[in-house]
Order: sequence, then C-alpha cells, then structure tokens
Amino acid sequence: MTGSGTNRLGQGIEAMQGESLDPPVQRERKSPLRFAWWAIFILGITYFFLPLIGTFAFSLRAVPPSSAYTAILEDPKFFASLGYSFVVGFITIIISISLLVPTAFWVRLRLPRARPYVEFVTLLPFVIPPIVLVFGLISTFSRPPLPFTHTDIGSTALLVFGYVVLSFPYMYRAIDTGLRAMDIQSLTEAAQSLGSGWLRILIQVILPNLRVALLSGAFLTLAIVVGEFTIATFLARKVFSVYLSQLGDIAPYQQSAVALVSFGLTWIAMGFIALLGRGSRSRVTITGAR
Amino acid sequence: MAFLELSGIQKRFGDVAAVQDFDLAAERGEFVSFLGPSGCGKTTTLRMIAGFERPTAGSIAIDGKDVTHQAPNQRNVGMVFQSYALFPNMNVASNIGFGLKIRKRPKADVDRRVAELLELIHLEGRGDRFPWQLSGGQQQRVALARALAIEPTVLLLDEPLSALDAKIRVALRHEIRQIQRQLGITTVYVTHDQEEALELSDRIVVMSEGRIEQIGTPFEIYNFPATSFVASFVGTLNAMDATIVDASAGRLSLAGHEIRTTSKLAGSAGSAVTIALRPEMIALTSPDGSNVVAVSPMKGMSGSNRLPGTVADIAFLGSVVRVRTTVGPDAIPVFVDTFNNPNLAVPAAGSPIVLGFPPEACLVLGRDVVPDRTDALAAAEAML
Amino acid sequence: MTETAFARNAQGAPPARPGRRFSLTWLGLVPFLVFSTLFLLIPTAYLIVGSFVDSTTGDVTLQNYARLTEGLQLNAYLTSIEISLVTALVGGIFGFLMAYAVISGGPRRLRGPLMTFSGVASNFAGIPLALAFVFTIGRTGLVTAFLAGLGINPYDGGFTIYSKIGLEIVYLYFQLPLMILIIAPAIDGLKREWREASENMGATTFQFWRYIALPILMPSLLGSMILLFGNAFGAQATAYQLTGGFINLVTILIGNQLTGDVLHNKGAGYALAMGMVAILGITLLAYQFLQRRSERWLR
Repeated sequence: MTGSGTNRLGQGIEAMQGESLDPPVQRERKSPLRFAWWAIFILGITYFFLPLIGTFAFSLRAVPPSSAYTAILEDPKFFASLGYSFVVGFITIIISISLLVPTAFWVRLRLPRARPYVEFVTLLPFVIPPIVLVFGLISTFSRPPLPFTHTDIGSTALLVFGYVVLSFPYMYRAIDTGLRAMDIQSLTEAAQSLGSGWLRILIQVILPNLRVALLSGAFLTLAIVVGEFTIATFLARKVFSVYLSQLGDIAPYQQSAVALVSFGLTWIAMGFIALLGRGSRSRVTITGAR
Repeated sequence: MAFLELSGIQKRFGDVAAVQDFDLAAERGEFVSFLGPSGCGKTTTLRMIAGFERPTAGSIAIDGKDVTHQAPNQRNVGMVFQSYALFPNMNVASNIGFGLKIRKRPKADVDRRVAELLELIHLEGRGDRFPWQLSGGQQQRVALARALAIEPTVLLLDEPLSALDAKIRVALRHEIRQIQRQLGITTVYVTHDQEEALELSDRIVVMSEGRIEQIGTPFEIYNFPATSFVASFVGTLNAMDATIVDASAGRLSLAGHEIRTTSKLAGSAGSAVTIALRPEMIALTSPDGSNVVAVSPMKGMSGSNRLPGTVADIAFLGSVVRVRTTVGPDAIPVFVDTFNNPNLAVPAAGSPIVLGFPPEACLVLGRDVVPDRTDALAAAEAML
Repeated sequence: MTETAFARNAQGAPPARPGRRFSLTWLGLVPFLVFSTLFLLIPTAYLIVGSFVDSTTGDVTLQNYARLTEGLQLNAYLTSIEISLVTALVGGIFGFLMAYAVISGGPRRLRGPLMTFSGVASNFAGIPLALAFVFTIGRTGLVTAFLAGLGINPYDGGFTIYSKIGLEIVYLYFQLPLMILIIAPAIDGLKREWREASENMGATTFQFWRYIALPILMPSLLGSMILLFGNAFGAQATAYQLTGGFINLVTILIGNQLTGDVLHNKGAGYALAMGMVAILGITLLAYQFLQRRSERWLR
C-alpha cells in the first residue's frame, strides 16, 4: 500500500499570516450626542446649499423662466470669455508642469540640498496673495526693459505667468508627493542603463508615473484659473469671471445663471480630482485666497 | 471560585460569530495566554474583559463580582495595547500617573507611585521625557507601568510585543514575566507568537475561528495537542497522511512502510488519518548505523519505527540543525531537528538515511481523534 | 536581527554623490529659477525696494511704513484682521465640529461626499460666490424674501450683506470647507486606543476630551485656524464683487491704489502691500511650527 502524503511543516505559520483579520470592531453606543452631530451636519449642509438654491431661484425670475439660460447660449461674450479662460488655463498647466516636473525630479535625484530653497519659493504664493502679486507684476512689467502690459499678447502672457506662480504651491507638492511614492533613483538608473537620455526618462518614465498627481493638479489649476478675478481684472483681461462680474449691470438674471455655470465647472473639476484621488494620497484640493 | 471567570461567552458582529462557547476560569495570580492566528477572536475576548466590547451572551466575573455590564471606566482592569497608546501630549510621569489623577489621589501619593513604577520598569529619572523621545521598548514599558499604576484587579496585554524588534521582544518578555511574578497579578496575555505563550504562561488557551481548541499548561499544549490545529500551530510539525492497517493494534501504513502508534485509532482498515511527528522526536542514522546524526529524546517503550529515506538538504538554524529528508516513492518531506555541535557529521544531500521514532512520538491528529493521554486532561478541563 | 539591519540599510538613503559636478548639477534648476526670479522674486523685490523709497525725492526712508498707522491704512488693516479673525474662529470651530461629526459622530457614511463637496466649496470663491449670496440674502434674495414674508425682514433690523457681518457670512462659505479639509487628517490621527486607554484608567468622556483629545488636537486646530486667517486676509475678489470696492480691506485698498493711487503716494502703496506680506509670512511660519509639533505627536 502506498501512502500519499504531504508535509505540513509550518502550516501554523501560514495560518498565522492568513488574510483574515479581527472583524471590524464597531462601537454602537447610542449616545445622545448623535443627534447633536446630525444637527451640526444638517445646519452646515443647509448653509452650503442655500446660496445655490437662492441663485437658481433668482435665475428663474426672468420672463420666461428659461430665458436667463437661453440668453447665455446667445451671448457670444460668454463663449469668448470662457474660451479665453480655458486657453489661458491650458497654457498655464503646460508651463507649470514642464517647469515643475523636471525641477522636482532633479531636486529629488541630484540636489536634495536645494530642496529647502525650492520649497520656499513654491510656498511664496501663500505669503504673496494675488492682489500683491499683480501689484508687483504691473509695477515691474509696465515699463522697459520688459513692457509686457503695453501689448495685448504681453498682458495675456503676464496673466499666464501669474497663474503659473499661483499654481506653484499645490502643483509642486503634488508632484513631489508623487515622486516620493516611486523609487526614482532606481527608475532613472534602470532607464539610463537601457540607454535613455534625460528627456526620454522624464517623458517616458517619470511623467506616466505621475499621471494622477498631474491630472489632479491640472484640474485644480483649471478650476482656479476659470474662477480667478483679481489678477485678470487688473491686467484688463476679459476672462470668464470678469465677464461674470460685469454682467450684473446689464443682465442680472443671466448673471445668476452664469454664476451657476461657474459653480458647475468647479464641481466638474473637483469631481474629476475626487475620482482620480480614490485610493491615492496625492490628492490636492487646497489652494490660496480669493 | 476562580478569580477571573468567563462563562459561555459569545460575541457576534452582525452575522459573524467572533467568539463562541468561551469558558475560562483563571486563578488569582495566574498568567493565562490566548494564543491563535489573527482573526481567531482572542483580542475580541480580551476586549470583552476590558469592557470595550459587550458579549452577545455569557458573563464575566472578576473576584466574584459580575462585571459583564459594567462600563470600561468602572472595571479597574489594566490594559496594555499593541500600539502602546501612550498619550503623546503627556510626559512619561503624567502618562503613568493619569489613572491616579482621574481617581483624585493627592499629588504626593501620585508622585510616589510614579517613582516606584519608574523604578520597576528601569526608567528612573526619565519621567519628564515625552513618548516620542522613547524607543518602542521603552514606550511599552511605560504603557505597562501606566496600566499597573491603578493597581488593577486583572492585567490585560494585547499583543504587547508584536510591534518591537526581535531582541527587545525577548528581553521585554522576561521583564513582563518577572514583574508579573513580583506583583502576583492575574494576567491575560494575547499573542499569536507561540514561543511567547509557551515561555510566559501558566496556562495557554489556544483559539481558532472564535473557539477554544485547547486549554492547558505549555507542557500539555506542546506535548499533547488535543487537535490538529493545536499541533500544527504550536511548534513545528511534520504532518503526514497515512492509512490505518489495524486500528486496535495501532498499526498504520505510511509511505509504503508499516509503523505503529500508541495513540488511539478510530476507523476501519484502509481509512485515512493524519499523523504528526515533532522534528526533534526523530532519530536519524546512516543505513549501516555508523553515523548517528540525531537521537530521539523520547525513549520508546515499545520499540521504534524505522523509515528509510533520503537526505534532501540541510539548514543551520544556529543551535539547531534542520535536516530535510524525503520518505517513500512520493518523496514526502520530513524535517528532522538535531542540536548543533562541532562533531556533528552532516550527511551529504542525496545520501540514504534511516528515520526512527518511538510509537509514543507518533501523534494522530483530528478533532475527534484525541491522543491517548490527553483524554483525562480534556475531561478534567470540561469539568472546570 | 542581522537581516533586519541589512534590510534597513538597503532601503536607506542613497549614498551622497561626490561634489565634483557641483556647478553642472545646479544647472538643472535654471529654468525654474529664471522663471521664479522674473515673475515672483523681482516683482516682490520691486515692491520691497519701493516701500523703502520716498517716491518724490528718491531717498531711502521708513516714512512709507510710518504711514501705515494713518487712518485709512490702519482702518483697512483692522477691518481685514477683524474679518479674518472672526471667520477663522467661527469657520474653524464649526468646521471642526462638522469634520468630527462625519468622522466619529453620527453621519459617518457621509464622509466621502462631504469631503468632495468641501473640495468644491473651498474653491468656489470670488465673483460667483459673492453673487450667490446676493441672490440669497441680498435685499431681494430668496432667504430675505422668505423672512420678510414671515414679517422679520433682516434689512429692517439694520442688517445688510454689504457690511462686515455680511462679508463674514460669505467668507465662511470657503472657510468652513477649508477647515473640514485640513482638520480631517488630524481627527483621523486620534487613535481609538487613546480613548480606550483613558477609559480603561477610569476617565469619563469629558475627562478624555479635556486631558487628552483636545490637547492633542490643539496644535492642529490652532494651525488650521491660522491658515484660515491667512486665507481670508488675502482674499480680494469676493469682497470687491460684494461691496463694489467700498469696504475698506487691505486687499481692496491695494486694488484702489493700483488703479487710482488713492493714497497719492506710490511708496505708501508698496508699504501697504508689504505689511500684508509680513502678516501672511508670520501666519505661515506659525502654521508650520504648529504643524510640525502635531506631526511629531501623531506620528
């Protein structure tokens, strides 16, 4: 008779490392405070939603009620300003990424001692609010040698550069967090050993791994640029929020409708970020003052 | 009446039964360990003693007093957490003295007690340090002192050493045992580390999937495992499938060879059983008997089983040398442990070898097939 | 043990590179440095230098800073600080309570939606925000009309959205969600074991909060509120849209100076901006100090 058998040495160890964890420990204490928490929550939610309802109700006061919305579709300035803001936003994102990714990469890989200085610069926009930044930009670039504000294209360029600066704090942090999550030292050395140059490493190795961080940063930038007013108005740029601001004198109902559109755009951008950020820590949502 | 009594404890989380049919009676001053893999319900049981979980059924009594429905802050049991759970905003002295401060003891008393405890855990003069300034081992000693400060009726430790490095783990283990003996405090210790449980405990409760597998002294648990789970979880083990040849005579067939066991066999000829051999119970000799690689520490009274095999490879584990052999046409692996010594003539891989073990070392596993000598013990425990 | 030590070594920091290629290595930062110098550092430096120069004579002077104590400027600072303080405190406390409610209190399942919504609301600032509140609690707004229908028109009681209190209500719309977003990680950091350990030693819920939870959260709470302060202090667009530039905030005053030289002195305008930068600089430093302390604790 042949006995078939398996050795189970160490079976116990396997069982020890098994996947099953202690069941979730729930604490279902019926506390009188539960109602207080719900009350606070509902109060907060009411405060959040009332202004949106108020805006919507106001837009329906137009006669007929839908006219505030149809007026938007017939307003070429709406599309012009929104289009302009989006173009400015895209250029801002491209410049910001192509400036910050190589910098953050290089600091992590070769220049760790430059980190405090680079971080300091990227945090400056928290200390220098948009109104001060535009004050400085106009003071500096409204005269030779670099009279940006004298031409239309120059002013737009200055606007983009200002927005790039505004994007520094959260963009840099998102990229840096993303880089920390991967072993760029090994990735770079592996790519180099296979004959890649620096540009190739950045575009084919580093960028794809930063996808979530960069997309979150990009959507946030877009949300901010479309809503930004301070810098644009002092540079006399006809961006979306300047259009929205000036609409009140001529078409208040249409203005309320456009305000809702603006909120919707923020929603979409943040919704994408929330979607991207699921399960990752490189989620960016905090920006500066407006 | 026992000092700490858990009777008919059951805990359900929704549809999941985390703990069922848990009965335990611990004497005053006893050190009891709950041993088992994660998810076996040992921590849940401990948390029920502390009062953080309410049992779905059953009762808990400490020193004759039913505490089943008492709030955790009324129970006066001390708890040490796996993650230390020191309050980061307080220094060591304030952490240790916290329970006494809550009890509104005079400041002088608190200070005296804190100093005593700092001495007990060998951290004299470190009272003004903050948790983040301490190593993991020091933090856990502070947590122990904090739990002891309130002079608890029972001390509960929830995997207190599993976040620490191996060396500190062993050192702290001794310290915990020594302090426990010194204070004579009834202690429940939760661990998944069998070595810890075997070394520290007066008695071990081995648990699996919410149920008690066996309660016994470390000696009983290791030498007379009541179930195949206990046998495989505690210590290393060769578990092999065999078939019964003659149940009443204790004759089995393993890898084409007949062997004998003193364990009680149930089943007809030809039915399959699982047998277990501790690696250190097996003797290992060359076929001509010239080289004795390993000796079985167990002197069999009814002769020895012999199994021819082949050496597969050899691992040095420090004081112990582990020889992996294979037995039979299916090359069933069997591990054999022997003490290391410079005169040991290690056989080469591939060389033939003979495994020998007394029938007493051949355990038959299974919930229903209990090794002979534990019957009496199991019966005694059922009566407790 | 040796294995652990080895593994730790292997994971440690890469060995430092020899400093031979020092100058070339720094070249990698040139694009970033050139851009930041041109569009961030030089414009800031321009304001700094200008703030120390007498704009009529060209002499170096501290006069511009002395003028910050003049009525208009001082008043702007006081108003800005007041509004920022009030909204930081109210938003901070209420935001903390809301975050705690969804993390540890009753409506736990709503955590995800609240966090996402907070991301939206904290970025829904400026022009559309001001408008939304005008449409809601402005003179003819939805809520005003509703209250007036009940016979309690707030505007009859002297309330107006175009005032300090009105602005504070509006600012809270981005302050509150910002607080929820930045305090959530700190609340998550409160270990369940701390509460259990304190209960185990006989403490009540109140004692747990008084001796443990609040002291542990305090650096994060303070730090977050400081961040909220800075957030409100630097805001311009919302106030501009709401009041048409008639409320005297530092940001509004700087804007008016930029378009119309309302201070009739360029240097005084630069000093006004620099005072703002100084205050925000202090808030950022205080925030980072408190943040470091709480990270040390919550590690």
